[in-house]
Amino acid sequence: MIDRRLIQNFDWLLLLLACAIVATGLVILYSAVSSGGKAHSGILMRQIYWLGIGFVAMALAFSLDYQWLERFAYPLYIGGLLLLVAVLVHGKTVSGSKRWLDLGLVVAQPSELMKPLLVIALARYFARQEKRDGYRIRDLGLPAIIVVIPVLLVLLEPDLGTAMILLIISVSVVLFVGVQPFSLLVLAGCSLGSLPLLWFLMKGYQRQRILTLIEPSRDPLGAGYHIIQSKIAVGSGQFWGKGFLEGTQSQLRFIPEHHTDFIFSVLAEEWGFLGSILLLGLFLCLLLRGLSLARRSRDHFGALLGFGITVILFWHVAVNIGMVLGMLPVVGIPLPLVSYGGSSAVVTMASIGILLNVGMRKFVFQK
Amino acid sequence: MSPLRPLSVSDGNGERLRFQVAMYLVVVVFVGLLLRLWYLQLIHGETYRSLSEHNRIRIEDIAPTRGIIYDRYGRILVDNRPAFKLAIVPEDVSDLQQTLFHLSQILGVDRGQLSEKIQGAPKGAPFRPIVLRRDMTRDQLAAVESHRFHLPGVMVQIEPRRSYERPSFAAHLIGYLGEIEEAQLKDRRPQGYKLGDYLGKYGVEMEWEGMLKGKRGGRQVEADAMGRQLRILREVSSRPGRNLVLALDARLQHRAEAVLEGKAGAIIVLDPDNGDILAMASSPAFDQNQFVRGFSSSEWQAIVGDPLHPLENKGIQGQYPPGSTFKPVVVAAALEEGVVEPGTVLNCQGEYRLGNRTYRCWKKEGHGQLALREALVQSCDVYFYQLGQMLGVDRMASYARLFGLDSRTQIRLNNEARGLVPTSQWKLKRYSVPWQKGEDLNVAIGQGFLLATPIQIGMLYGAIGNGGKFLRPRVVLRVEDTSGRLVHNVYPDMLRKLALRPATLSFLQEALVGVIQEPYGTGRAAQLHGIKMAGKTGTAQVVRMADDEEEQDASEVPYEFRDHAWFVAYAPAETPEILVVVLVEHGGHGASAAAPLARQVMEEYFKSRPRVKTAQSSADSDKPALGINQQAAASGQQAVR
Repeated sequence: MIDRRLIQNFDWLLLLLACAIVATGLVILYSAVSSGGKAHSGILMRQIYWLGIGFVAMALAFSLDYQWLERFAYPLYIGGLLLLVAVLVHGKTVSGSKRWLDLGLVVAQPSELMKPLLVIALARYFARQEKRDGYRIRDLGLPAIIVVIPVLLVLLEPDLGTAMILLIISVSVVLFVGVQPFSLLVLAGCSLGSLPLLWFLMKGYQRQRILTLIEPSRDPLGAGYHIIQSKIAVGSGQFWGKGFLEGTQSQLRFIPEHHTDFIFSVLAEEWGFLGSILLLGLFLCLLLRGLSLARRSRDHFGALLGFGITVILFWHVAVNIGMVLGMLPVVGIPLPLVSYGGSSAVVTMASIGILLNVGMRKFVFQK
Repeated sequence: MSPLRPLSVSDGNGERLRFQVAMYLVVVVFVGLLLRLWYLQLIHGETYRSLSEHNRIRIEDIAPTRGIIYDRYGRILVDNRPAFKLAIVPEDVSDLQQTLFHLSQILGVDRGQLSEKIQGAPKGAPFRPIVLRRDMTRDQLAAVESHRFHLPGVMVQIEPRRSYERPSFAAHLIGYLGEIEEAQLKDRRPQGYKLGDYLGKYGVEMEWEGMLKGKRGGRQVEADAMGRQLRILREVSSRPGRNLVLALDARLQHRAEAVLEGKAGAIIVLDPDNGDILAMASSPAFDQNQFVRGFSSSEWQAIVGDPLHPLENKGIQGQYPPGSTFKPVVVAAALEEGVVEPGTVLNCQGEYRLGNRTYRCWKKEGHGQLALREALVQSCDVYFYQLGQMLGVDRMASYARLFGLDSRTQIRLNNEARGLVPTSQWKLKRYSVPWQKGEDLNVAIGQGFLLATPIQIGMLYGAIGNGGKFLRPRVVLRVEDTSGRLVHNVYPDMLRKLALRPATLSFLQEALVGVIQEPYGTGRAAQLHGIKMAGKTGTAQVVRMADDEEEQDASEVPYEFRDHAWFVAYAPAETPEILVVVLVEHGGHGASAAAPLARQVMEEYFKSRPRVKTAQSSADSDKPALGINQQAAASGQQAVR
């Protein structure tokens, strides 16, 4: 029997915000693929289909008490690692990197799934090893291993962007749980110090790729050109935008990946400053709501889980939009709930479900 | 599970504070994004709007210059020349039909053809120039340039174009380029290939494509509303391809091609000491420029349908019965297996009977009594019939393999054939018929199912001459960058050593000298004054004569039934530095049709012998006399070592 308090505590606002973003995303996606001809005609339908599955995943994610996630945190994490290894062995190679795993019916991207699984594993570790006055370096050994394995596996694909996002998310979680000031200084010093060594070990073309990432204008024919076109698209939207389906930049396919990673530029071009701040506002509300749900969680694991999941969303939104606006490196990071992509859609919906889960069970009581 | 603890008790204000900080940070980042949007859309919105109207910023490719190919003395064999290509950006054209009509008149082609090209172009990015004509003539160029103002959206671009300095020269070895095919494009896109690119499709051009092609560059260009270039915003220069220095000696190649003129066949000249391919001629040849230019369908039909197969490199792709050039292998087998001694004397009456069949010697009246050495020198078939009978096919086959037949020489050129060495098992499997005794006799004189390529025969005799070394034929000596600095050196590559007793090897070496130098030797037509040569003739039957048929005069036999003529020789006999293999398809007797050609090539070589051999051997003494260009390379070479 379902407890009445669970329904009472269900956070309708969070669900509403997520649905609003999904709806906005579909409108933009419709515009982005409308000019694409045959190759793109199925994209919108597929995205709707994936979002449908995403709603099911969301419902699953909030119906079971999240204490189950804590209990099975490590098996889930190891399952995620196995999928990443499977990608490296059996993955589909698309333009030089192996990111997709053919599961018969669908092609999935295990690195997307790894993001929440990593957060769950970290939350479990830190919730069980509480340190009031911050963690010391030796307490961080196991979490470091938990983080480094998936990061390396993703780097091997190679998918530099996702590896970086995994790292940033983990660092955010660690900073959140607190590190002793002295340990923090040592860690910061070590990681800064190891950068030159890493640089020295890299091959020429790898260095080139990193440099291009940081400074797209080094590759004026590739990433640099895309950034220029993306900025033209965003800027030319001005205040009111060019109107639905009227964006010349995106309709004429100047922008590569305009239905996936660069989808925000379609919005900015067609709906202008007004549309852009509307979507930004929705995301901001979603993130703040997520944080406040986490804060009011009944236990430490719930708080860390809620924080970690929100942090994943936050970094995706910030890095993706920052990239489209030409402020950040060009990395292949999708805009959650908006960019086209099945794995990302399902995993993000499930993540929202976890947040709802944490919010629903905020009161301390035992069955 | 551990009992749940109320958060407020366990964490108190610390965690609450952290959540607060996190929220502030999120807000700060979003404000940052908002300010950036403000900056792009409101402050600079006007500028970006006008940039987007015609999308003025475009990418233009800069094609790399393909590597130059030199011969071993630095003579240019293949170069590039500037060519003008005509392209159009349909989005910039106001009246497409009118413009196409204009262009069709200038180019002298049908307007429909041009609009087909535009429709057929890949629908990738907009404002991408579509190429209408790759290599315009001067007149066409002038016409387009003078009408430039009336032709908005039309542009002329310069690109380097492959130019084969001497058409058809070493065509099979150097190979040719062709436009990339869509099937190839799929796999090659990651390497930077695009539709319309040229790549090596045959010969050295294909095998060394990775070195030769270079890297494409490009520029960001701002264009005006008519598509004309206003200024270059950014540029990435292209990297020219690497230059190749071949082992080829253009002078010998020239000579080899000249003596093959009008015949079908192949001549390979190589250095037995290090495997250098000094010349590789195959006749008839083709004009490589035609592949760059493109064929009309009738031209293509003519070249593909030619019964003399001009596109085939007969030196490595042509498979022929080796005829008497196979006899040294049989001699080696007989000596190693101990079925005869060098002194074993057998009788030749001009024919040999086995069962109810008669096998003839090429010399009708017979050779009489002769020992093994004379049998090889005079190429007595009857002697070898008897050896074949004593050895059997399978023992001969294992020695044939030892001598490199039935396996590729591993020359770095595409489509090398491997020939065929039959065994009794092979025949049973292939034809479901057991091996016949009489077939042993045929194999012993290099006939029957035996097949070999000229390069295999060359490497076989090279190994006899150089004391048993099987080297990989070396086509390219080194790779250099545009300023002549060494990038990559190809060292002589010894594949294996011939496992024979020294006595057997020296017996062969000595007998092969006899073939050329002695009055009864079959190869005396190749004699060159003052040079001690060793070699062997061969005549490969194409159709077997009926037993009772009288031998006819060559000229009376229809062309396609005439014998193939072989000749192979190396010199100087003691320290060979040049080896020539000649195969003339349907040329008749090796002694008369092939040996004189080899002599002419040898003569050319010794006329101005490029180097003096020292006693020290092979691998390191192969540096050619140096041209200016190579001096630097050679010093680089030292440094590498």
